Amino acid sequence: MTDWVEKQRNILDFTLSSLRRRKGRHLGMLAVYAAIVFLLASVMLFSHAIKREAAIVLADAPEIVVQRMVAGRHDLIPGAYADRLTGIRGVAAVTPRLWGYYYDAALAANYTILVPTDQAVPAGSVVIGGGVARARGAGVGDTLSFRGYGGEQFFFTVAEVLPHASELVAADLFLIAETEYRAMLGIDDGAYTDIAVSVRNPREVVTVANKIIAALPDTRVILREEILRTYDALFDWREGLMLVLLTGAVLAFAIFAGDKASGLSAEERREIGLLKAVGWETTDVIAMKVWEGAAVSLAAFLAGYLLAYLHVFHFSGALFEPVLKGWAVLYPEFRPAAFVDVFQVLTLFFFTVFPYTVATIVPIWRAAIIDPDAIMRS
Amino acid sequence: MRNSTIALALATLGLTAVAATLLDATLRRHAEASDLRDRADLVRRYGLTDLCLFTEARYTRHLSQTDLHAPFQDHPVSLDHFPSGSLVGPPPGWRDHD
Repeated sequence: MTDWVEKQRNILDFTLSSLRRRKGRHLGMLAVYAAIVFLLASVMLFSHAIKREAAIVLADAPEIVVQRMVAGRHDLIPGAYADRLTGIRGVAAVTPRLWGYYYDAALAANYTILVPTDQAVPAGSVVIGGGVARARGAGVGDTLSFRGYGGEQFFFTVAEVLPHASELVAADLFLIAETEYRAMLGIDDGAYTDIAVSVRNPREVVTVANKIIAALPDTRVILREEILRTYDALFDWREGLMLVLLTGAVLAFAIFAGDKASGLSAEERREIGLLKAVGWETTDVIAMKVWEGAAVSLAAFLAGYLLAYLHVFHFSGALFEPVLKGWAVLYPEFRPAAFVDVFQVLTLFFFTVFPYTVATIVPIWRAAIIDPDAIMRS
Repeated sequence: MRNSTIALALATLGLTAVAATLLDATLRRHAEASDLRDRADLVRRYGLTDLCLFTEARYTRHLSQTDLHAPFQDHPVSLDHFPSGSLVGPPPGWRDHD
């Protein structure tokens, strides 16, 4: 056993010297390889962390949201619908809600304007999210003015800025009193944006949802489970733009790596010939190439993964910000909660290290079984 | 020192660093647990339904509440022109209709 280990260490010594002799070629390869692993690992870590956080944070989202649909679009729902919902067996509570969007033309930013149901914001006051405060340069006690639907100005004194740590759910929130919401947006009394429904027995949610649709056919019902599933699918690396970008990058790398790993240069062939001529066995030559593949791919995995971890959890995924921000003026400043899936890391390790290592074996085996004299003469 | 000794030491160091990221993640989660609870409280208090990730369009701000055809509703052959629309995959279940 000790002999075998010593032999492998000698082969590894020789392999590393050989790599060092062609360091320009191998460092270039390593940089591209590590960059691909970094990109894949960053997407993987970021999307997993957001999904887990969404599952925890949105676990107490409304159990059922009832929207009224008119000509295929979400429309205001009459308060009378709430009374009909209250009469459905299994329904525990019905809460008509007022919320919507406000486009701030001065900043070209969209706010989510909402009337809290559990606490009254005093008339003339507003509670704002961190993103709104940043965009408007506003703090507690400042006065903000907004144009209503009829052109008149509304003035609000900032009563509270929601904590910075809440930006992932509340960066663009703008909480005001019901009277001002209706006056500013021109919503009649008795009309609401949607209705939140809670159910007595959680196992009866689907049954209650079906009863709601039967009782109010012009409504659409959104279950909490659907909300959670939406965020479970969000940023799925198998979806959308990520797929296009990553597939292109990975395919380009696969061709590059396959070419580098499987094609032997004349110099390498001569080296193999010399090694065999001085007494190396075919298995030793293969072991040398396996060590080379393992060294390059392991270094790429370690560098790529560790940089990706720092990028996502210590630098808030800064490279993703322009992509996530899109054309939005308001963007939440947040650092994903550090949820790391060990299984995902192991999968990344496996698919990073093994294919490259194996890809190096086939051509070297072909070269290693040829007569050394023929290799050196070719 | 032998090349193999340096390489094995670096590999061990690197793998230890990978393991350390898992420990770091656990410690950070514990340290930030109250922030996570605060966010969950805010969701419960205000009845929020979505994460505030994309504020550029209403159908990207509230992904779970949006109309099924929201990105394409402004006029016939209206394609989704907000960048975040291309980042987000369709909700699960929609493709079951195919």
